[in-house]
Amino acid sequence: MDLNYTAEEQAFRDEVKTFFDKKLPGRLADKVKSKKRLTKEDQEEWHAILNEAGYLSAHWPEEFGGKAWNAIQRDMFDVEANIAGAPRVVPFGVNMLAPVLMAFGSSEQQKHYLPRILDGTDWWCQGYSEPGAGSDLASLKMTAERQGDHYILNGQKTWTTLGQHADWIFCLVRTSKEGKQQEGISFILVDMNTPGVEVRPIILLEGTHEVNEVWFTDVKVPAENLVGEENKGWTYAKYLLVHERSGIAGVGDALAGIEHLKHIARDQKKDGKPLADDPMFAARLAQLEIDLSAMRTTNMRVMQAASSGAPPGPETSMLKIKGTELRQSINDLTRRALGPYAMPFVSEALEAGYNQEPVGPDYANPVSMDYFNHRKTSIYGGSNEVQRNIISKMMMGL
Amino acid sequence: MDFNHTQERQMLADMTGRFVREQYPIEKRHEIAASQEGFSRELWSQMAELGLIGALFPEEAGGFGGTGFDIAVVFEQLGRGLVVEPFLASLLAGTVLSRGNESQKSLLENVISGETILALAHGEPASRYMLSHVETTATKTGEGWQLNGNKAVVINGDTADQLIVSARVNGEMDDTDGIALFLVPADTDGINRRGTSTVDGYRTAEIALSNVAVGEDAVVGDAGDAYANLQTSYLLGTLAVCAEALGAIEVAIELTLDYMKTRKQFGVPIGKFQALQHRMADMMTEREQIRSAVINAAGNLDLVDREWYISAAKNLVGRSGRLIAEETIQMHGGIAMTWEYAAGHYAKRIVMIDHMFGDVDHHLERIMKLGRVA
Ligand SMILES: Cc1cc2nc3c(=O)[nH]c(=O)nc-3n(C[C@H](O)[C@H](O)[C@H](O)COP(=O)(O)OP(=O)(O)OC[C@H]3O[C@@H](n4cnc5c(N)ncnc54)[C@H](O)[C@@H]3O)c2cc1C
Repeated sequence: MDLNYTAEEQAFRDEVKTFFDKKLPGRLADKVKSKKRLTKEDQEEWHAILNEAGYLSAHWPEEFGGKAWNAIQRDMFDVEANIAGAPRVVPFGVNMLAPVLMAFGSSEQQKHYLPRILDGTDWWCQGYSEPGAGSDLASLKMTAERQGDHYILNGQKTWTTLGQHADWIFCLVRTSKEGKQQEGISFILVDMNTPGVEVRPIILLEGTHEVNEVWFTDVKVPAENLVGEENKGWTYAKYLLVHERSGIAGVGDALAGIEHLKHIARDQKKDGKPLADDPMFAARLAQLEIDLSAMRTTNMRVMQAASSGAPPGPETSMLKIKGTELRQSINDLTRRALGPYAMPFVSEALEAGYNQEPVGPDYANPVSMDYFNHRKTSIYGGSNEVQRNIISKMMMGL
Repeated sequence: MDFNHTQERQMLADMTGRFVREQYPIEKRHEIAASQEGFSRELWSQMAELGLIGALFPEEAGGFGGTGFDIAVVFEQLGRGLVVEPFLASLLAGTVLSRGNESQKSLLENVISGETILALAHGEPASRYMLSHVETTATKTGEGWQLNGNKAVVINGDTADQLIVSARVNGEMDDTDGIALFLVPADTDGINRRGTSTVDGYRTAEIALSNVAVGEDAVVGDAGDAYANLQTSYLLGTLAVCAEALGAIEVAIELTLDYMKTRKQFGVPIGKFQALQHRMADMMTEREQIRSAVINAAGNLDLVDREWYISAAKNLVGRSGRLIAEETIQMHGGIAMTWEYAAGHYAKRIVMIDHMFGDVDHHLERIMKLGRVA
């Protein structure tokens, strides 16, 4: 056991810091820190910068052009990225589809899609959930029927994050109604420009458009877009869920959240003194920091065990629960730090071009919206109830 | 003891509830909230006609209610409909005005009839939840007073016809002594109002006062002695939003329970999962705790321990309200994250009420300072 960073690790951190110093455009960092809405172009710009530096795929295995970063390196990068105010990488291509293609895709698929994920040619979205298939994903109904060298897709996906920007969607579809539900599911790649694909917006409770319904009516997809074998899609989807452990805890984002909260608490006054000095408030803040420091280590322990080949266990579920609930608590205390200024909300002020006086302190406007928006994190990616079910099943021997 | 409402008050509750149910479906509510003024003048006058505004004021102020329970039953029903009309602003400003002179008091008639909208412009950018914090100044002039300063997050301050503005005539920034209240037409020279929506669909305003000249007759009560008046107004306002939160909580729980029975996953209604049942059980328990705290607050409104009971209720509403709001969303899953579905809007209102008249911690501190009551 040694909690000190090695000289090598420290050098790595310096390298990463320098990268953010030099390469992260100030305009983007400002937007992220002031929680303005990022446009598709903003995302693409940052994606390209990361790719050029080789950081986009640094966690990929070396055979696919990655750097096979270890747990410490990933943690450092995540933390520095968040402290610097780097946009979050849209995960669907780089972190979700890519590992599945590496493990189960044909070499043609790997050669074709992986470089396009990296250079940003294809923006991917995730088509798993359906109106009737949320937590019970295996009950999904959207069908893909084989006709010669094509599949014909019919059905509806929903909650598709950033589907309005996407070029491609990876879908779980039903290819068989025989046997167990899980055994009739396939994993298929669909060009969103194919006739019969229709994207309809869903507006979230704070008024943002980040998710969509995607409808499929007789959509003709070449058979070579199937990933792996027919009816094995469930295995691939589960592989992704248990293997994609990095980032699930959101350590860097939580650290940045606490920094932001401290900044607000130093600026806000209670009874003429900084809120940060108020014992009750300081106690609540201290509790969050205790939880976060332990979670950071839990996260590295889990990632390290994973990279040394330990089979995936329920720790991923623990990190999902702890990570999301801690982040939600930070958001909760942040809204409380604002006092009455948590109430007014000017939606247009989230746009970069907005140049009117803010209502209240300049950091106030997005705070409550963020608090409500972040309620999604304990619902998606396998709800926290589902995660608790997994822990119960795997750890309790009942 | 008797925990039943009097027949009259039960009728008031039923009538308000029916009006909200029949006239205020959530789609209409969103439309109204998004309109220019953020509320409907038409519905407001209908509500006035039904006596819902008058129910908030005692007879000596021209109303026919005004007890803690009158306020509580009306606001509970308003909370059930997420009603955006200016009830709270009217209660706050009207209460203050009822301590004014005869001509000021006569304005209350117009408030109760729905013709005049009043807002209480008291909070300031730096006051947070401190009632005595007033930086705005009132300086004596030959003919009256001149007001200078900034008012923050003034509920319905953007559309009010008249404002009641607090300002300091002497003393330090946080002194309870030295505060005065002024009744000022909102279109008076030197008043600059910037209206905004709140995240939960209500309206507030930031108000800048720059050399606003008012006459001596604008003073409400005695100049310098307004603190007690403000305190009463805020206590009633706090009670009102606690009851409003209770109404919103009732609906949030009803929606969630209904969804647990109808939404199927893994071949069964999700309500079959004990993990969710136990949490619903907690939500229902907390709802009853809040109901009791509101009863305590309403019933003690005219007694010595009123501050304690009102702070207790507000603390509980903030604490358990957050739990219920968050669980409402969580136990629905994705659907409650959407604008189209009602549950998220109830959750927003419940949580935002924590930011009015002091949050969980503010009232916890109040209770600690006041000490225990039996
Ligand atoms: C903002 C947002 C973005 C999303 N992005 C995407 C995306 O890009 N792609 C995609 O495919 N999906 C996406 N999702 C969908 C997400 O994965 C689902 O919302 C999630 O799986 C939950 O499904 P549901 O909403 O249908 O809730 P339900 O499954 O209906 O669950 C309702 C409630 O019941 C609970 N519950 C269900 N089963 C059990 C059980 N067995 N035991 C105990 N409790 C249980 C749930 O935890 C929840 O509290 C997104 C969702 C949101 C809100």
